[in-house]
Amino acid sequence: MSESKLKGWKELPIGGLILEPGNSEAYNTGTWRTFRPVLHPEICTHDLFCWLYCPDAAILVKEGKMTGFDMKHCKGCGICAKVCPHKPSAITMVKEGEAEEGDKGKETK
Amino acid sequence: MGKIVAYTGNQAIAEGMRQINPDVCAAYPITPQTELMQQFASFVADGLVDTELVTVESEHSAMSACVGAAAAGGRVMTATSAQGMALMWEIMYCASGLRLPIVMTIVNRALNAPLNIHGDHSDAMGARDSGWIQIFSENAQEAYDNLMQAVRIGEEASVRLPVAVCYDGFIISHSIERMEILEDEEVKGFVGPYQNLYHPMLDIAHPVTYGPVDLQDYYTEHKRQQVEAMKNALPVILGVAEEYKKLTGRGFGYFETYRLDDAEIGMFIMGSAAGTAKEVVDELRATGIKAGLLKLRIFRPFPYQEVTAALKNLKVLAIMDRAESFGAMGGPTFNEIRSALLSLKKPPLTFNYVYGLGGREPSLAEIHKAFARGREVLTAGKAEVLHDYLQVRE
Repeated sequence: MSESKLKGWKELPIGGLILEPGNSEAYNTGTWRTFRPVLHPEICTHDLFCWLYCPDAAILVKEGKMTGFDMKHCKGCGICAKVCPHKPSAITMVKEGEAEEGDKGKETK
Repeated sequence: MGKIVAYTGNQAIAEGMRQINPDVCAAYPITPQTELMQQFASFVADGLVDTELVTVESEHSAMSACVGAAAAGGRVMTATSAQGMALMWEIMYCASGLRLPIVMTIVNRALNAPLNIHGDHSDAMGARDSGWIQIFSENAQEAYDNLMQAVRIGEEASVRLPVAVCYDGFIISHSIERMEILEDEEVKGFVGPYQNLYHPMLDIAHPVTYGPVDLQDYYTEHKRQQVEAMKNALPVILGVAEEYKKLTGRGFGYFETYRLDDAEIGMFIMGSAAGTAKEVVDELRATGIKAGLLKLRIFRPFPYQEVTAALKNLKVLAIMDRAESFGAMGGPTFNEIRSALLSLKKPPLTFNYVYGLGGREPSLAEIHKAFARGREVLTAGKAEVLHDYLQVRE
C-alpha cells in the first residue's frame, strides 16, 4: 500500500471504525513474508493437506487441484511445506529474493 | 419550572440519572460514589427508570460493559471514584478512542496509598490525558446542572467524546444543600431521545468493526481526530450552556470569574474550595485589597485562550492544585495555566499551592495565607518558590 493511497484524518471514519465488512482481504499481509513457498508440481498429488493446514487461506485450489499460493496473504510460515506428506515435500521454502522467476506464485486471488 | 430540594451531591446525581433515564448503566460501588449508585439502583428496582443496570464484578468490567453498550448504540452512564477510576483506566482510553459519548460522574477522591477515602482531584487529574471531557463542579447544584449538559455535549455529532462530571468527595457528595432540580419532562426535553447516528453495532443491516488493530499507517490520524473533537467541544459547551440557561436561568461558561475584572491579586481554583475562596475574596475586598478569583469549570478541553484573556490584567496569581504531579514543576493545573499565561507580553507572576489532599479542606485562614503570599510575591517582584504546600506540617 503506497503512502499516497492512505486517507487523511479528515476523510477517515472516527474511532478507528471499519465500515466495510470483510475488508481484511484487501490488507496486503504478504509483505510480512521472509520465506516464500515454492510448489513442485511434479511431486504434488493434490491431497490438499497444505490447504487444510494453511492458517490463512493462501493455498489456491481449483476444481480439487492445488494450483499455487495467494502471495498477497501468504506470510511464509512454512506449515504447508511441513505438513506435505511427500518425501521430499512438494513445497519448499525459499528465502525472499532468492526465489527464481516462475516461483513467484500468484499475487492476488 | 423546577423545584427546590435538599439533596446531597450524590442524591442530586442519582436523581439526575433517573430523569435522564439512560439505556444502560454498568457500575461498581466505591466510596464516596457508593450512595449515588445505591440510590440509582433503588430507582431501577422500583421501576422508575428503563435502564439496564449491570452490576459487574469490578470497575474494569463496569467501563468495559459501558463501552460495549455505547458501541451497541445505547445512551450509557456510570459513576466512580479514585481506586475505581484507576481500575477503569485502560478502558477509559477505549471509550474515548472509540468515540463513545459515555457520561461518567467522578466523585473526586484521593488515591491510595496510604488509604484515604476523602476528596481531592488526584483521580481525575491522573486521567487528564485519557481523552475525556472533564467538567468540574463547585457544589451539588453545579454537579446536577453539569450532568444534564454533559449528556448533550458528549453526544453532539462534532464531538462524540466521553464526558466526566466531577465533584469533590464527601464535602459535596455527602453534604446536604439547597438546590433546584428540573421537572422530569423538562429534562426529557433538554437531553432529548438518544439517536446514535454513528454506526451503532446493533444496526445489523450495516455491519461495522469496532476496535480493529490500528498501526503505524492510521493510528496518528485517529488521534488527530480526537484532538479535533476536543476543539469542536468548546463552542458546543457554550451552546449547550446557553440553552440550559434558557431552561433554568442558571448560566455557565468555561469558568466563573469572581470580582476579577479590576483585581490585582488573583486565585485560580477548581471544585468545592472555590466557595471558601470567594468568601476570602470578599473579606479582602472589604479591607481594600483588590482580590479576585477564577474557578475553572471545563478542564478538558482546556480553554486556554479564554482563561488567559480573563487573567491577563492580574499582577500576581496563586494557582491552587488539589492534586500532586510528583517530580513536576508544580501541580497539574499550575503547569497548564502558567504555560498559557506565558503568551502574554506581561504575564502575571504565578506560584503554586498544593492544598486539600485527602480531604484536608482549606479553611478561610489558609486561603488568606495564599493571598498574603501573593502580596509578598507582588512586593518582591518574583516568586522565589514556585511550588509549595498550603497546609503541610513541617
